[in-house]
Order: sequence, then C-alpha cells, then structure tokens
Amino acid sequence: MADKKFIIDRRTALKTGLAGAAALATPSFFIRDAWADDFCNIPKGKDVVFGFNVPQSGAYADEGMDELKAYQLAVKHLNGEGDGGMLKTMKPLALKGNGVLGKKVTFVSGDTQTKADQARATAKRMIEKDGAIMITGGSSSAEAVAVQSLCQDVGVIFMAGLTHSNDTTGKDKRAYGFRHFFNAYMSGVALGPVLAEAYGKDRAAYHLTADYTWGWTQEESMKDATEKQGWKTVKAVRTPLGAADFSQYITPVLNSGADVLVLNHYGKDMINSLTQAVQFGLRDKMANGKKFEIVVPLFSELMAQGAGDAIKGIYGTANWDWKLEDAATSAFTKSFGAAYGTPPSQAAQTCYVQAILYADAVERAGTFNPSKVIAALEGFEFDGLGNGKTLYRAADHQCFKDVLVVQGKEKPKDKFDLLEVKKVVPASQVTYDPSIFGGELGSKDAKACG
Amino acid sequence: MKHTSKLADIALLIGFAIVVALGPIIFTPIGAGYPDLLQKFAIYGIFAIGFNILFGLTGYLSFGHAAFLGVGSYAAVWSFKLLSMDLLPAVAMSVVLAGVLALAIGFVSLRRSGIYFSILTLAFAQMCYNMAYSVLTPITNGETGLRVLRQDPRYLDAAIGYVSPTPSLFGMQITGWTGFYICGAVLVAAFGLSIAIFRSPFGMTLRAIKSNQNRMGYTGYSTRPYLLSAFVISGMFAGLAGALLAATDPLAGAERMQWTASGEVVLMTILGGAGTLLGPVLGTGIIKYFENIFSAYNEAQLKAMFTFVPDGLREPVVKTLSLFVGEGWQLTLGLLFMAVVIFLPGGVMEGINRLIGLKHTPKVRSLGDSPQRDGLGEMVIEEMPTHDRTAEIEKNAAEQQARATAP
Repeated sequence: MADKKFIIDRRTALKTGLAGAAALATPSFFIRDAWADDFCNIPKGKDVVFGFNVPQSGAYADEGMDELKAYQLAVKHLNGEGDGGMLKTMKPLALKGNGVLGKKVTFVSGDTQTKADQARATAKRMIEKDGAIMITGGSSSAEAVAVQSLCQDVGVIFMAGLTHSNDTTGKDKRAYGFRHFFNAYMSGVALGPVLAEAYGKDRAAYHLTADYTWGWTQEESMKDATEKQGWKTVKAVRTPLGAADFSQYITPVLNSGADVLVLNHYGKDMINSLTQAVQFGLRDKMANGKKFEIVVPLFSELMAQGAGDAIKGIYGTANWDWKLEDAATSAFTKSFGAAYGTPPSQAAQTCYVQAILYADAVERAGTFNPSKVIAALEGFEFDGLGNGKTLYRAADHQCFKDVLVVQGKEKPKDKFDLLEVKKVVPASQVTYDPSIFGGELGSKDAKACG
Repeated sequence: MKHTSKLADIALLIGFAIVVALGPIIFTPIGAGYPDLLQKFAIYGIFAIGFNILFGLTGYLSFGHAAFLGVGSYAAVWSFKLLSMDLLPAVAMSVVLAGVLALAIGFVSLRRSGIYFSILTLAFAQMCYNMAYSVLTPITNGETGLRVLRQDPRYLDAAIGYVSPTPSLFGMQITGWTGFYICGAVLVAAFGLSIAIFRSPFGMTLRAIKSNQNRMGYTGYSTRPYLLSAFVISGMFAGLAGALLAATDPLAGAERMQWTASGEVVLMTILGGAGTLLGPVLGTGIIKYFENIFSAYNEAQLKAMFTFVPDGLREPVVKTLSLFVGEGWQLTLGLLFMAVVIFLPGGVMEGINRLIGLKHTPKVRSLGDSPQRDGLGEMVIEEMPTHDRTAEIEKNAAEQQARATAP
C-alpha cells in the first residue's frame, strides 16, 4: 500500500514535469515567425556577411587553410583594399571595388573538421546566428553535398569550393548550389586520350577507390573514359577513407594481370597509397610485357608536395595551376604570394573565384534576393578568372571550362614547381549532357530562413 | 547519510524545465542563443544524462557510447526514408535498435570490469564505426552519409497521404525554435527520468555496485543483471539522442560513431561532474559551446574586441589569444579540462557546490576517491559500513523504504 503511494507520487512528479515542459514549449509557435522576411538573412545596415565554411582540421585541413586564405584575399579585393587581384582581369565585371551593392563585405569562418555533420553544424551557425547571406567552402564532396542540401532547405546560396564528385552537380544538384570546380567526368574525358597516347591502347587497369561519393563517381568516369580507349578494367577495389596502410590493397595488384594502377584517392589517402605503391616497386615491374604504370586522376600541388619523389612522371588532371601564363593567373598568384608568401593551390583559386562570382552576380542582380542572384548566375559567361572562357550552365549549375592534364615534374626547380601542364583540353570537349546524371534542382524561390 | 525530499526533486525538475524554456534568452548574451546550438545542447545533454546513468552510478566507464548514438541516427533516418517523416516512429525505432545493440554489447563486455570493460566497449564501437564506414555502405552510405531524399517511399505517409518536406512531430517541423523546444521537452523528460532512477532502489543498487561489487555479491545480489539494465538504459538514451540528432538535421554520418565522439561524452560527464544530476548537462553545454563558438573567433573579431587595449600592446595580445580561439579551441578546452580535473575532481558541480556552500565535501585527491555529489544534496553512500553483515544491510534498506514512504 505504502509502496504504491510512493510510486504514484513519483509518476505524478514526472507527469507534472512533462506537462510543464509541453506548456513551456507552446510559446515556440509565436517565436517561430520572428525571422519572417522577404528572404533569409536580408542584409541590414552597412555590412554584408559571407560565411566561409572550411576544414581547418582533419584529412583535408591543408586544402581548407589555403581556401580560407583565398577567401580573406577575396574579401579584401571586394572591399577595394589590396591590389585588386583578379578583379582587374575579370570580364564582364559589375563590381566597383566598394563592397557589394555599396555594403562592406565582412565574413565569419568555421571549422568543418572534414566531417559532413560538423560542416552542417557550422553552416547552420553562420546562417542562424551570424546572419550569413551566403555560404561557401568545403573541401570534400561529402561536405559539399551535405551543406548544399542544407542551404537549399533554408534558402541560402551555397558556392561550393573544392568538390570533384559528379554528384555535387549531378544527382544531388540543388538550385541554391553552384560549383566552379570541375568534376570526375571531365577528368576522365580529358585524361583518357592522353593515357592512351602515352601508355598504348592495350592496357589492363586496376582501380583503388576511396569509398565515398567522390571515389565512386571518379572510378565510374575513369572506367568509362579508359574503356573507350580500348583499355580493360581488371578489378576495382574500394578502400576506406583515411586508411593509413594500403599495403593489403596493393599486394594483390601485382598478380592480378593488370599493368596500370588507377588511384582514385585524394589528400592524405593519395599521398599514402601512391608512396606505398612506389615503395612496393610497382613502377619498376613489367606486366604483360609492358612497363607497369600508375595514374592518379585528380591531384594538386599540395598533394604533390606530400608525395615527394613518388609523384614524378605520374599523370593526372587539375582545375587550375599557378604556372598558367594568362594575365588573370599571374595577377592572382602575385597578389596571393604577396599576402602569404606561397603560390595559391587550385583549391584557393576555385574558392576565390566563387566568392567573386557571387558578389558580381549580386551586383548585376541589384539585390541580395537569392532567387534573383540564382538567375544572374545561371548561364553567366565570363573570362579573366584564370580558366579562360567559362560558362555557368543553367541546367545543373556547373562551370564549363578548360581542363588541365598535368604530370609530376621529373626535375622540379623548387618545392612549388612540381607539376607540368601537359595538355589543355578545351571546354567544348569536356561538356556533357546534364541529363546523364539525373537529379533535380528543386525550387529557386526565395524564402524566410527555416 | 543525507536525504533529499521529493519536493526538492520536483523543484529541481521544474527549475530545470524553466531554464530550458528560457534558453534562448539566457544564452543570447554569450552568443549561443541560436536554434542549432541550443538543439545540440539539448540533444547531447540527453546523451550525457544517459551516459551518466551508467558511468556516474555504476562507475563502469564505457568508451563506446557513440555507437548507440550512431545506430540511433541511422535507424531514425531509415524510418524517415521508409516509414514516415513523423518523429515518433523514428524515436521508437532508434531507441529499440540502440537498446538491442546495447544488450548485445553489454552482454559480452560486462563480463569484465575496469579498464578491460572500457577497452571492450571501445573495440565494439570501433567495429560499429568501421562497419558503418565501409562494410555496410549500402545501409549507411559510408563517408557520404545517409540522407533523406524527396523520392524516398515513406510507406506510412503514403498510406495516409501525409506530406512533409522535413522531419516533423504531428505536423510541426523540427527546425529552428520549434525544433529546439521539442528537443528541450525531451531533455526535461530525460532529466526527470534520470532523477527517478537516481532516487530509486535500482539507482541505489547501482551505486552500491560502484562502491564495492564484491560485497554486493556476498550479500546475495547478482550484480550483472543490474549492470546490464543500466547499460541498456543508457544505450537507449543514446539512441534517443541519435534520433533527435537525425530529426533536427536529417543526415547520419559514420563519424558520429568514431571513438572521438565516445570520448567527447566521457569528457562532458567528467567536466560537469560524474554521478551528479546536473553535471553532465553542464559539461555538454561547455564542450558544445567551445566547439561552436570558440572555434569561430578569428583575429579580426579579436581585434574588434580588444580595441580598449593601447595600440602597441594590442597586436601581441591578439596574437597570443588567437592561438587559443579559432582552430585552437581544442587547446583551450584541454587546458580547462586539466584545470577542472586537477582542482575540482568532482567537475564543475563540485565548484558550484563549494561556491554556494551548499555542501561541504572533503578534499579528494582523485576521481576514484570522490564521493557522490549533487546540486541539492542527496542520498549518498559516504562510507560503507565497517563490517558487512547482510542483516545490517537489509535493515538499512528497510529503513530507507520507511523513510522514502514517510510523507
């Protein structure tokens, strides 16, 4: 009896607590629309806030830190400070060097830790707390895809940074997301003929692939492109991202009957797998009567620095290289070098360009309203940002421009002179039908945050 | 032994509910008053409360609790994909699945105690993480993360013709402030449940296990079922937190299960005060605040903050401080954690107790020696009887019952 009474009391206490909580939750319905406005984070006052969401720790931290430097440089140039960088060379240009629509550009930054989860958390913080009008950054396709869909939901424009997966502007494309960087499909199309010319048409390839969206699409694109040249694909093996030891994946390659190893790895993964493959002596072996070769479809200066001697002679593709000889590239390299003492990486270039392109589109649209800005970016053709003539295709928000086929230099002059541009594949050759990847852009309507 | 009245518990719960409800106003001055961070406070608060039921009461340090959080998240996202966008089926699925996993892992791991138990749970959690990351990619979508898509079937929703673009509860979308209040209500409920467990004979048994498991055995208690129950309950709390995490942000990534995530909840609990009611929630707040706010400061903001410092001095001050904010937030957190563990082994709660003089606690040299503490003082085992006799313990238990039932 007494026992029972005790239990009932405790339950009553809990019930009271729950009911109280529910009652207290009621005001939320009144608070909810406190933000309602024409569109999310409408800039008030003299400043406008950009959100720079880059990894500052984790596997892609090197790229992320370089991206942040480029963004800070872009903010300076937009506000008319510094030497103006590529604003001097961009055509057509609506920006006046007095910020955007007369408002001074300020920025907030966050550490995504190279994790999709955290990238969304920092992006949310920028949107909900700091009032960022746009989000840009990301150094992994997983991050880009995750943040892009978040931005679509809340109605804030996302200008993707370094992301190479076909999915970003393919099956996961969004109306609020834009990508300047090239993708795996373009890498394949550009690299295929060069490989066939260098290594012959009768080759058997073995793929090692990073097991996430970017790796999957790159493996598929490389298979397609090389099989078109007459190559065979022996086997494709998925490796977990961030594996430090690839020896268990590399040993079976020797006896598989393959004579080319394709490493669909990026960042530290690529540095490790390439170095280990070279240490195993793969490049000194003969297979099927031919010299064994290694291909890394996507690589950058930062990775080449990490891989050291192993990168010499390896073929790959790049979005941009600071050694290109056009006026825009030299203006950007000069201005980046003056500020930070190193040449910019391709990640830095793509991020800088994305920030400028967004600002320019706002200036042309005459408003920060995202649906108008999206319209201004769609189908926009420009030149003088380092990649030659470029088109922002309206159908999938992907940029089309020349793709560079690069090779690791045999005799580098210094630690920044590691890649040699072997061939510039014109944009027309890498352009594809947007319908091949499926996906839908979704609504372009401006809406209140939420 | 000290006792707390039921009234004090109810007051504590109501006070807690009021603080949660006023969260947006309370946290705005320190820059944390925005929905996403407050949601994180609430969700990880639930996670830490659940962890504390195991670690705080039994002293069994699980180093793999993130596995349950991750499984809860995946279960919830699958429920959003296949069943319904409503929160309830998702929570049910997450809690059940996390509970089943906890039962399996606990059944094996609880055969050992101390460091061996910690290592076993860590091993299981890493196995779960690696499975989610590469082996089970058709279910988990690996590194890319599992997302809710427009074209997912959602059979329950399709059957009743209900359409919602984002996860919702009875039509209320779990985003922004609504999302926070839903999470907050669940947090208050979880807190209430945790009070109930702390005060119950079951909670007493768990504490006795922490105090001396052998003695419990001699007195005729089979300790393992109690431990397993505590383990499963705390796993289910983690599953619940995982479901809410997926509901506020419909994306489940494998990194949620990594050992660093398991370590984080241990830090939260110890920082706040293991074995106390409020400690884990406080610890959560501190860690999430550092992760989201400190990591966002950059030099430009620091310069703006220190305009009052004379010009010549400002540059070195900002340069030094910038080491501790932005990417250096973990450094600051580490220093804070060291300070707390060295000077306040009972966590922030010990500091608060000493400050307001609510309770005099003896100075202790390590966490292992520290007696249980609580914000409002409570029934604690400050010392075990010097000679153990079943009769005496039973008498104590009877006394306890009598006291508890007395009005």
